[in-house]
Amino acid sequence: MTNVVFWILAPLAAASGFMVFVFNSMARATIALLVSFLASGGLLIWLGLAYLGTVVILMMIMEMVIMAVFMIAYMMNPAGLTQMSMYHNKRGSLAIGTATFVLLAAGIFAAPWPHRAGRAPRDPTFQLGTALMGPQMLTMIVLGVTLFATMVAAVVLATHRGRYDRFGDDLKRRPPADPVRGGVDG
Amino acid sequence: MLQLFLLLAAALFAIGLYGALSQQSIVMIMMGLELMLNGVTVAAGAFWHYLAPASVAGQVILVVVVVAMAVEMAMGFAVTTAIFRARDVDMTDMAADLKR
Repeated sequence: MTNVVFWILAPLAAASGFMVFVFNSMARATIALLVSFLASGGLLIWLGLAYLGTVVILMMIMEMVIMAVFMIAYMMNPAGLTQMSMYHNKRGSLAIGTATFVLLAAGIFAAPWPHRAGRAPRDPTFQLGTALMGPQMLTMIVLGVTLFATMVAAVVLATHRGRYDRFGDDLKRRPPADPVRGGVDG
Repeated sequence: MLQLFLLLAAALFAIGLYGALSQQSIVMIMMGLELMLNGVTVAAGAFWHYLAPASVAGQVILVVVVVAMAVEMAMGFAVTTAIFRARDVDMTDMAADLKR
């Protein structure tokens, strides 16, 4: 059973991950990425990390939905269904990607991995929750502050500049960038 | 079995790196970065299960990576929005051109 689950989900995760950059339609690429994440999340659940595997799956479903909205909003072909090719330095990238894989694979098989130490707790989610609310509290606080800073920065970046930004970021732009000329100091 | 999981993680990381380096579209580059982080989640889960299940460190690393994924996605979309607003482009090669 162990091997069957792995040999179904692992090739699916890798193959669909690769197909993301083979498909010449953004919509298909998004679905391929989602399949890759679903397979990886399934592997995490199978490893005993039911909570984190479910979090990865749910988060990725939501991210792909948001990505689809962005695709429709920004891509030159609505819905991303028209065929297109948007590569640069394809050969160099392929060489770097392949070299990275070979290097990592060599390290994986050359490293003397230690034996398994200890036994898995009966409830790994409880183990994680207890740690995050106890000894790993600092990690949790840092992650929380990081997410908050990200929210603020993302909103500031994405918000349309209004009339209070007419003098530029350093307030030195003369004349001010008014949509209609003739305003104060214009 | 640990080696097989790590091999899968390496494959996901390498595929993501190839995508992040070869794609022009900012959204597609983000997909590459996501795949790289996906490889790290698989590796962290495998390390926890096969090496130190009694320690919570593997799970905590996984939480950190999941947060990194969320941050990367949010900032990526924000940068795409900002550059699209300012320059009307969503491709890195076009964004690298000097503004007239």
